[in-house]
Amino acid sequence: MKKIEAIIRSSKFDEVQEALHEIGITFFSYYDVVGVGNEIKKADHSYRGTVYDSSYIPRRALTIVVRDINLRKTVDCLLATAYTGETGDGRIFVLPVEEAWKIRTKVNGDDSLKGEAEK
Amino acid sequence: MRKIHILLISLFLAFSFSVLNSDIAYAGTSPDPSGTTTGNATDISAAKAGEPTLSEVAEQVGHNKVAINMVWVLIAGFLVMFMQAGFAMVEGGLTRAKNISHTMAMNFLIYPLGMIGFFICGFAFMFGGVGPLATLGGFTGLDQEFTIQLFGHTFGLIGTKGFFLSGTYDVAVFSLFLFQMVFMDTTATIPTGSMAERWKYSSFFIYGLAVGTIIYPIYGNWVWGGGWLSQLGNNFGLGNGQVDFAGSSVVHLTGGVLALVGAKMLGPRIGKFNKNGSANAIPGHNIPMAVIGTFILAFGWFGFNAGSTLAGGDFRIAVVAVNTMIASATGALATVLYMWLFRTKKPDPSMMLNGMLAGLVAITAPCAFVTVQSAALIGLISGVLVVEAVFFIEKYLKIDDPVGAIAVHGVNGAWGIIALGLFADGTYGAGLNGVVTPVTGLFYGNPGQLWAQLIGIAANIIYVGAIGYAVFKLIDMVVGNRVPAKAEMEGLDIPEMGVEGYSGIKLDKGSETPLSR
Repeated sequence: MKKIEAIIRSSKFDEVQEALHEIGITFFSYYDVVGVGNEIKKADHSYRGTVYDSSYIPRRALTIVVRDINLRKTVDCLLATAYTGETGDGRIFVLPVEEAWKIRTKVNGDDSLKGEAEK
Repeated sequence: MRKIHILLISLFLAFSFSVLNSDIAYAGTSPDPSGTTTGNATDISAAKAGEPTLSEVAEQVGHNKVAINMVWVLIAGFLVMFMQAGFAMVEGGLTRAKNISHTMAMNFLIYPLGMIGFFICGFAFMFGGVGPLATLGGFTGLDQEFTIQLFGHTFGLIGTKGFFLSGTYDVAVFSLFLFQMVFMDTTATIPTGSMAERWKYSSFFIYGLAVGTIIYPIYGNWVWGGGWLSQLGNNFGLGNGQVDFAGSSVVHLTGGVLALVGAKMLGPRIGKFNKNGSANAIPGHNIPMAVIGTFILAFGWFGFNAGSTLAGGDFRIAVVAVNTMIASATGALATVLYMWLFRTKKPDPSMMLNGMLAGLVAITAPCAFVTVQSAALIGLISGVLVVEAVFFIEKYLKIDDPVGAIAVHGVNGAWGIIALGLFADGTYGAGLNGVVTPVTGLFYGNPGQLWAQLIGIAANIIYVGAIGYAVFKLIDMVVGNRVPAKAEMEGLDIPEMGVEGYSGIKLDKGSETPLSR
């Protein structure tokens, strides 16, 4: 099992979510996050005579835990749909997961990550 | 048929009957949908109803003349009272969310605090010796002024009648009190803008009482209460004495000087200035609130300026209102174009609000005495002046003014007084301050008026600056003026007021304070 941490543009989120749904990835969490990076725009803020840089970049982070068999297709889907070509498209990190429990059924491991279609 | 059917049919029949018979005449009068028969000789109070004598008609006419004036003064006063909401919105919108409960509470409580101070002794100091209230029925009871003799002339300094409005239980006095009290509260609320986000509420509370009792009324007496500045014309031949139609000096310059002294004594907000002297931006948290507030102020200003005729029957109110409106527009436009084309290349929203307010402040003194073209020019100049003033105060004086109060009210208040001395065109104001000639400025051949105006500005800055400094110094010794640094970083809402303004909304309070480099 692997955890995919994807930081993408907030404007791309709906497209990404629908694309993931089409390949069968329907369970994940996301949260709004701010960061620093290359997309900080120089001198675009101006308030009462003081001109300054934007200080942070707003993004959305997705946390998706998948079985090993689904890892490649999920990462490829994210890379394809979250892409715009402009600086600041985001990042994808893959981490190993030791245990994955479903609280309602108390099932652990690959079985707990199976989608409804496969049951 | 069921009961409900009987009920509905009866209601329908009753309704039809009343509609078809809507011209039933009731005993005495028939209904008058177009107003042609309402109001006639029978409404005049007469011994024989419907047949008034000439003297009875004269009585009624005199009564109605005063009535128009009194109603006008009161309605205009209500409009100016609503400006308190405008100030609250502007200051709330241009300061940070973590302090909103404190900022709003200052702008709210200043209204009753100032009012009580004015009621206790402020009105007496300011208007105790103003003389007959000509437009409101001519009551002559406000006749006690303390004077001194200087250079062979009488210098009125302070009124001494009307404490707690006692001894003056007269409808004209009460109308005047309401109208003048809301002007005083406009002054009182100006420093809350420049001193926002680091002022201790207990210090503000004592200040609120001081401004209504002594700071505002004494200078006000000198200009509007029959005091020595108004008599510079009578005594020394300087035009009509210092003329200030609706309060560029009495209200706005006073407020601006207090704002300057207070902000200087408090010091800048944490994070505002860096070690090399450059300034960091601390943006306001709610531009919509500030815009709505500015419109509320612009609306209330119609009462502020046009109401200052103290007479609805004085048709100059039309000129006053249009001059006010035009100056507000050219002020805002001048500011936005100046910022956009020449300064930061962006049409800065908070500056355009200051621009409109600067135009309004600057036209407040001359609004009754200038042509509309002059009014447009005065507004235009104030729009550029306010931008340069904001930059000067921040970059050179190193005074932190979150909302631009010093630039808008102080600098443009002085400009408004000077503008009157320049642009007054001599078509109005004959007899003002006991001088027979109408109010005329330098550009229309009368340099004396400008001298009176300049003396008035100097007197304001010296008096208000000195007493403001003394009051703030005293308060500092008693309760302290500035909040502790920890409270300022956290946001004043909880440590000072006990409740968050936006309870339930997660605010990133730390990031709202810039890092001082």
